[in-house]
Parts: sequence; C-alpha cells; structure tokens
Amino acid sequence: MISKYRGNRQAISALVRETEVHRDVYLDQELFELEMEHLFANTWIYVGHDSQVPKVGDYYATTIGAQPVIMVRDTPDSVKVLYNRCPHKGTRLTGDTCGNVGRFFRCPYHAWTFRLDGSLAGIPLKGGYDNTGFAESHSARGMTAVRHVHNYRGFVFGKLSDVGPGFDEFFGEALSSIDNMVDRSPAGKLEVAGGVLRYRHDCNWKMLVDNLTDTCHPMIAHQSSAGTTVDVWKSAPAGAKKPMAVEIYAPFASPYEFFQTMGIRIWDNGHGHTGVSHSIHSDYSAVPGYFDQMKAAYGEERAKAILGENRHNTVYFPNVTVKGPIQLLRLFKPVAANKTLVESWAFRLVGAPDMLLERTVMYNRLVNAPTSIVGHDDLEVYERAQAGLASNGNEWVNIQRLYAADEPGQRNVVTDGTSEGQMRNQFRAWTKFMTMSL
Amino acid sequence: MGTVPTDQQLIDFVVREARLLDQQRLEDWLNLFTEDGHYWMPVERGQTDPKLTTSLMYEDKLLLRIRIDRLKGKATHSQSPKSRCHHMMQTPQVDERDDGQQHYVTWTPMHYVESRADEQTLYAAWVTHHLITVDGALKIRLKRVDLINCDAALGSIQLFV
Repeated sequence: MISKYRGNRQAISALVRETEVHRDVYLDQELFELEMEHLFANTWIYVGHDSQVPKVGDYYATTIGAQPVIMVRDTPDSVKVLYNRCPHKGTRLTGDTCGNVGRFFRCPYHAWTFRLDGSLAGIPLKGGYDNTGFAESHSARGMTAVRHVHNYRGFVFGKLSDVGPGFDEFFGEALSSIDNMVDRSPAGKLEVAGGVLRYRHDCNWKMLVDNLTDTCHPMIAHQSSAGTTVDVWKSAPAGAKKPMAVEIYAPFASPYEFFQTMGIRIWDNGHGHTGVSHSIHSDYSAVPGYFDQMKAAYGEERAKAILGENRHNTVYFPNVTVKGPIQLLRLFKPVAANKTLVESWAFRLVGAPDMLLERTVMYNRLVNAPTSIVGHDDLEVYERAQAGLASNGNEWVNIQRLYAADEPGQRNVVTDGTSEGQMRNQFRAWTKFMTMSL
Repeated sequence: MGTVPTDQQLIDFVVREARLLDQQRLEDWLNLFTEDGHYWMPVERGQTDPKLTTSLMYEDKLLLRIRIDRLKGKATHSQSPKSRCHHMMQTPQVDERDDGQQHYVTWTPMHYVESRADEQTLYAAWVTHHLITVDGALKIRLKRVDLINCDAALGSIQLFV
C-alpha cells in the first residue's frame, strides 16, 4: 500500500490551515497510527491518579495511546509506569484492570518474575541461559519502564519518547486547573471515588476534544435534554426546591450570551479552558458545612478565591479534560480513527462533605454515562460528522469562528467564549507534536 | 385484585411492564411507578449504594419524565431514526413477599435487544422489582437492572431495559 502520510512531514502539515483542517485528521487510519507513534509519544499523556494505587504492589492497567501500560506503586512514596508485557514472550502481565501483585509481577506463562520497578527478579530453570549471552538481551532488562513519568499532585502523566518538552514546560499555566480542583479539598487531597463510566464512541477522539470548548452547541444539540428538563421543571409546584439534577441539566440550555461572556482562556501547547468568569457550574446550591471547612483550612479570602473559580472544561492536550468545580476527569482513549473509549472518573475531595461526591457522581451519570441523554445528544452529532465527512463535496472542516490573523503568537489570552480559537490552538499543537519527531 | 396479590398477579405485572416498554407505551409505563419510585441500573457488580457510587441510571420519577418527554421531542436527533426494544424474559420468580407490608420482590433474568437503524445490540440482565400495593394496585417502588456486563465499555442505551 502506498503511504500517504508516513514520513511525509509536508503532507501532515498541510492538513492544518489557520482556519480549517482536512477531514483526514478524523478519518484516516494511517494518520491515526502516526498519532499513536508521534503525538501520543511526544506529549505528556494522563495515565491515572495515584490514589488508585495506594499500597505498595497496587497496580492499575491502562493505555498510553495504543500502548498497554501498568501504573504501579513500587515504594510507599513513588509510582512507576511500566509497559505491560513480559520481556520473554510478550504476555500481558495483568489480567484484572487493577489489584495488588504483592512484591513481584509474575508472568502467568513461564513464571518469570519482576520487581515492582520492572527489573528481572527470577527465571525458573535459570541455568538454561548460562553461557548464552542472556545478560545482553532485551529480556534481561526486565519490564520496560515508560521513559518519563511525572506525578503532579496525584495526577500521573507519562511521556513515551525523549522528544518533546519537559512536564512543566509542556503544561505551564494550565496546571492551575488541576491546582484548583485539588485545592477544593480542605485537606488539599483528592481520591478517585464513586466508580468509573466507560462509553464507546464510534468517532475520532479529536471530535470529543474539539467539543470541550465548543460553546455554540449546548443550546442546540442539548435542546432535547436540557431544554426538556427546563420545560418539565416549569410545571413544578411554585416554591419547590430545584433538585440537584435540574441544577445540573438546565444550564446546558443557557443562551448564547451566557457562553459568549464566560470566556475561553488559551494556553500554549494546545491547552485551554472554557468558563473564565462563570460557567454552567456556577450556580449550584451551596453544600452545608463545606465553606466553613474551607475557611478553616485556607482562611476566608483564599477559600473564596478557590471556590470563585468556575472553570468549565480544561483541555489538557491531547486527550484529557478536568472539571474542577465538580471534580471530574474525562479521558478520551483513542482506539482507531473512528473509535474512541471515553472514561469518566470522579474524585472525592478529602475532608469535604459527602454531598459533594454525591453531586459529582450524579453529574457523571447524567452527562457521561452510555445511558446519559446528554451523552446521546453529543454522540449523535459526532457519529453524524464521522459519517458526513466521507462526503467528497468538501474535504475541509471549518474552525474559523472569531479568528484573528494575529492570534497564532499570542499566549495565555482570554477570548470571547464562543471563539473557536482553542480548537485552532489544539490543531497548531497537533501539527507541532505530530511533526517534531518526523 | 384481592387484598393481597397472588404470585401469578406479581408475575403478570412484571411481564406486562416489559410489554409496555416494548410497545413504547411510556406514559402507561411511568404510571406503574410510585411517586417516590426509582429506576436503577448499577455500574458495578453487586453495587449497594446508588448515591456515592455512580450508576448507569438512578432516576426518580422526575428524571424518568424528562427522559420520556425527550424521547418524543422534535429536537431529539439521537432518536431520528427512532430506537426500538425487545424484552425476552424468563418467568419472574417471587423472591420475597410481605403481605403485612404489601411489599414484594421479584427476580427476572432477561435478554434485552435495542435496535436503531442498521444496528442491533443484545444485553443480558437480571431485573429485580420491588413492588408495593397502592390503593389496591401494584406499583414499582424500585426497578433494579443489573446488566451482566454493567462495568464494560458500552455503547448508547437509549430506551429502558
């Protein structure tokens, strides 16, 4: 087969123009594979949260792009990320998604064992390798560790290649959204809690990332869910207390002006967030007792500053997003050009009232579950786009809204909340990290 | 119905409930629930807590009302074309009966098929109904749907198991 994009830096760069992107970035399987080799190797990819592996020997098996990896607590104070294969025959070392391996990984095929840092501990009938030069083999090095791992306040990221910026340079100011989510705990600590939702999407992973800062869709695509909620609630008895579920659904139906004025902040390397001044999370009812706990922990002024942030979606390019005000993280796991697994993880604010976790897990099931009506609205338009892009009538996707010719060089700017500037920012980063190792 | 429902009446109720869903008689279906009734589809095997652990669904009558109104709404693009569903059930078994409290629990293994356009998906579930009588009529206090693969990565389920 003739390769259209492999090794062709020029062809890849030509896919992203200032105000439009070529459909192949969503459709082409070769480009998807190049994304796995370059984009998902040269950038810092979210692996998991260290509260998922609290005890030495605890592991969590996941992926970085297409690569199966294991996050493991190797010492009380550190977490390692290892490629999930036995160096002998390639057998994946874990069966369950999470658990505890004790002191060693033990391969189920030939009982080779590995220490928690991945190094080879033992091989049955080891004499068979005497005088074979085994010490020089790949196998003798044990399980391969992911080259670069960084644990930022519990959030563990990995970078597969030596190319690409260091952790602080890559994320820069964008880390402030993780900071805000963690700071919302009176103890300054988060724990994964409340279960995970996993939703299969038959569309390209970037459609989900594009949608995170697409503020011209909620009042349209979610008219059916949020609009119906508003209509149903109109017939509630006068003076009835608005239920948490209505507080969660209804703001999706807010008018354009609400989204225009909320603002979008754009950072380097494809990161950015909606909801600079306010967001759909701004008007949730106060949780009794919570502010007093925050005041006691941080002092009144600082507590108000922390809770005054209402960032909506923060995009950590390329494929993860957090919602600080409701302690949710969504990870868009690329499976194929037209297949994505969306995982939605909830966090408990350690030391805060349970009602906050109750709201987090309610939001998660109302919005992110395979049974969610908001999720159904979104997936329908993604899948229609995936299908519609097959049309030869036009090969380009438009991302021109509120474009300004001087924007490419701007850093840490705040734009109109309905700008597609963050989508353009993501695609500039896409080109940068796709081509940097070609 | 006499003062207490017979086992057969409990069984007939559960079977009819599935038929209302298959025929998409959703107003009649919603009326089967008590005012404080819930539809619960856990996301974890053996899940005991619907509040601090998330679920695929944990919906009171208000949320079910929203869902039903949405399904027939003109702006509901994910129902264009519309989904259809089919329940294939074993005979419900009466697991608990408390005639004093008029509280009954049935257990019904089933296969559920949801289709839309060219796609059709099969789910397997154990469904537990907690029923009570209200003014002599059986009502659903809780319908719990345990999918065999509740924790798998699933595609959209748009109707009701």
